[in-house]
Amino acid sequence: MGENKGRFGIHGGQYIPETLMNAVIELEEAYNHYKDDKEFQDELNELLNNYANRPSGLYFAKKLTRELGGAKIYLKREDLNHTGAHKINNVLGQALLAKKMGKTRLIAETGAGQHGVATATAAALLDMECVVFMGEEDTKRQALNVYRMKLLGAEVIPVTTGTATLKDAVSEAMREWTSRIDDTHYCLGSVMGPHPFPIIVRDFQAVISKEIKEQVLEAEGRLPDAVIACVGGGSNAIGSFYNFIDDKDVRLIGCEAAGRGIDTFETAATINTGKLGIFHGMKSYFCQDEEGQIAPVYSISAGLDYPGIGPEHAWLHDIGRAEYVAITDDEAVEAFEFLSRTEGIIPAIESSHAVAYAMKIAPKMDKDKIIVITISGRGDKDVAAIARYRGENIYE
Amino acid sequence: MSRIKEAFNNKKAFIPFVTCGDPDIETTKAIVKEMVKNGADLVELGIPFSDPTAEGPTIQGANLRALTGGVNKEKIFNMVKELRNDEGITIPLVFMTYANVVFSYGAENFFKNCSEIGIDGVILPDLPFEEKGEFEEVAEKYGVDLISLIAPTSAGRIAMIAKEAKGFIYIVSSLGVTGTRSAITTDVASIVKVVKENADVPCAIGFGISNPEQAKKMSESADGVIVGSAIVKIIEKYGKDAVAPVGEFVKSMKDAIS
Repeated sequence: MGENKGRFGIHGGQYIPETLMNAVIELEEAYNHYKDDKEFQDELNELLNNYANRPSGLYFAKKLTRELGGAKIYLKREDLNHTGAHKINNVLGQALLAKKMGKTRLIAETGAGQHGVATATAAALLDMECVVFMGEEDTKRQALNVYRMKLLGAEVIPVTTGTATLKDAVSEAMREWTSRIDDTHYCLGSVMGPHPFPIIVRDFQAVISKEIKEQVLEAEGRLPDAVIACVGGGSNAIGSFYNFIDDKDVRLIGCEAAGRGIDTFETAATINTGKLGIFHGMKSYFCQDEEGQIAPVYSISAGLDYPGIGPEHAWLHDIGRAEYVAITDDEAVEAFEFLSRTEGIIPAIESSHAVAYAMKIAPKMDKDKIIVITISGRGDKDVAAIARYRGENIYE
Repeated sequence: MSRIKEAFNNKKAFIPFVTCGDPDIETTKAIVKEMVKNGADLVELGIPFSDPTAEGPTIQGANLRALTGGVNKEKIFNMVKELRNDEGITIPLVFMTYANVVFSYGAENFFKNCSEIGIDGVILPDLPFEEKGEFEEVAEKYGVDLISLIAPTSAGRIAMIAKEAKGFIYIVSSLGVTGTRSAITTDVASIVKVVKENADVPCAIGFGISNPEQAKKMSESADGVIVGSAIVKIIEKYGKDAVAPVGEFVKSMKDAIS
C-alpha cells in the first residue's frame, strides 16, 4: 500500500546512524519471518484475547448521539484494554518478536506514560528487563504512570534535554539503543521512526480497524461514514484507519493537538503547521523553524506533544485519503468533561481530541450517518491535570 | 589530489572538531585558526542542530549553547568564507551536521554554498548508505565529498560502504554516542583492512578519543584520528578564553600521532 522499502510515497526511510543499520535490518527480517508464522500469531492472539482483553467493544453511545443530535456515534473502547490504552496491542507484538529474536531487554520512550506502562507490563509478563525514557516534564505531568512503571519492575529514566518531553525521550531511547544493541530491542511506541517500525507498529495496531469493521457490520450492516482518532505519532489512528483505506466512502479523520492554537507557537499540530523534513529516522512532516531546527511543541496532552507524525499519515495526507484537523487544549478539555458527563466514560486527554472533533461534525450530519471514534485510552491518568487546568489545586 | 586526500598524504592526520557558534562565532573562528596553527590537518565544523541524536551530553551541550547564542547557517557560511579568503586557511574543512539541517535549506543550495565557500566534505551521521542517494547526487555535482561512516556493528556492510566512499571514511570507534571514553575495544585494524581491500580511501577514527595515548594507539591502525568531545569540554570550561588551551591540546595530540 504505497510502501516500497519502507517508503510511503516520499515519506519514511531509514535515516539513522550506521551503528543501528544492522539492527533494523535484523528486525525487518525477523518480522517478515514471524508475521507469517502460525505459531507466533497464535501465541500473540492468545495474549491479545486472554491477557489484553481483546476484542475491545464497539459501544453505541446513545446519550452522546442524542445530545449532539446528529450522526450515530460509536466508541471503539481501546480504553478497556489491559493497561488502559491501545498501546498494549503493539507492545505485546513487539515484545514477543524481541523474545523470539533472543533479546532480553526492552527499552521504550513514553509521553503520557501509556506506552511505557504497556512496555513495562509486557516485560514483566515475558521476563524481560525494561528501561523507559520519559521527558522530565512528562514525569511530572504523569507522576502516577511513573510509579506504575516502577511497580511493574521497570526503570524509568527522566530525560532533561531539550523540551524534556516525548521527542527528547525518543532521542534518548535511540541513543541508548546505539550503545546497547546485542541484548536490547527498542520497543518503539508509535508508527514512526526508521523502517520497519512504522509498518510493524501499524500491523500490530491494525487489529483496531479489523474489529471496528466486523463490529459495525454486525451492528449496522454497513460501514461507518467516518472514523475519527487522535494523532501524535499516529499509532491508534493508523490502527483505526488501516482496514478502511480501500473503502473510499469512509472518511478518515486524524485529530492533531493544536495546543493553544495553530496560529501560536504553542502547538503540536504537525500536518497543519509543519513542513517536510528528516528526523527520528524518517522523512515526514515536522514542526520546525526556518533553519530546520525542530520546534519545541506544546500540547496539554503529553501523548500528542510530538513535533512529527508517522510517514504513512504524511502520505495519506498527501494523497488526500485522510483529513487531519487541529483541536485546541480548550476543545479537548471540554470534550473530556462532556463524554464523562454524558456517557460515564472518562477518555484520555489524547482521545478527547477525537471526541472534540466528533462534537463539531456530528450535529451537522444526518441521523442515519455513522461515526466511529476511537477512545484510545482511559482518562484516569489525566484527572489531576484537568482539575489543575480548571483551577483546582489537586496533585496525585 | 583533492585537499582531503592531501591531508592524509604520507602522514597521520589529526582532525579536531568544533561546534560553530559555541560560545560565539568569533571564538569559533579564532579556535579554527589556532587549531591549524598547531598542526590540525583537517577541521570538522559542526553546524548545530536542536536534537543531535548521535551526540552524547558534551556535544549536545555545545549545540544548545551555540543555538542559544543565535548562530545560524548564514553566519557559519560567512565564517568559512573569511577563513578561506582573509585568513589564508588552506587545509580541508568539512561540515558535520544532521540531515534535516541540509534538507530544510535545500540540498542543492546547501552543497552549492559549500562549494563556493570552500567546504570539502559533509558528514551527516543520520544518513546511512541506504539513504545517501538524494544528497550524494547533489554533493557530487558541486564537488563536495559526502563522507561515509562505518561502525563496530557494520559487519557485512564494510565493503559495500567502502566501495562508494568519498573523501575519507569515518570509523566510529565504539557503540553509542559521541563522548570521551576510558577504553576503546573495537578491532579497528580489521575494519581498516576490509576497507583497504575494497577502496583506496583514507580511514579516520573517532568517538571517544580524548588523550594523546589513545590517539597514538588509534593512529597505529587508522590513517587519522578525529577528536570532538575532548575539545568541546575545553570550550565548555574556558568559553571565549578557550583559544589557547584548545591550541595546546591540538598540539599535544598531533605530536602524539606524528
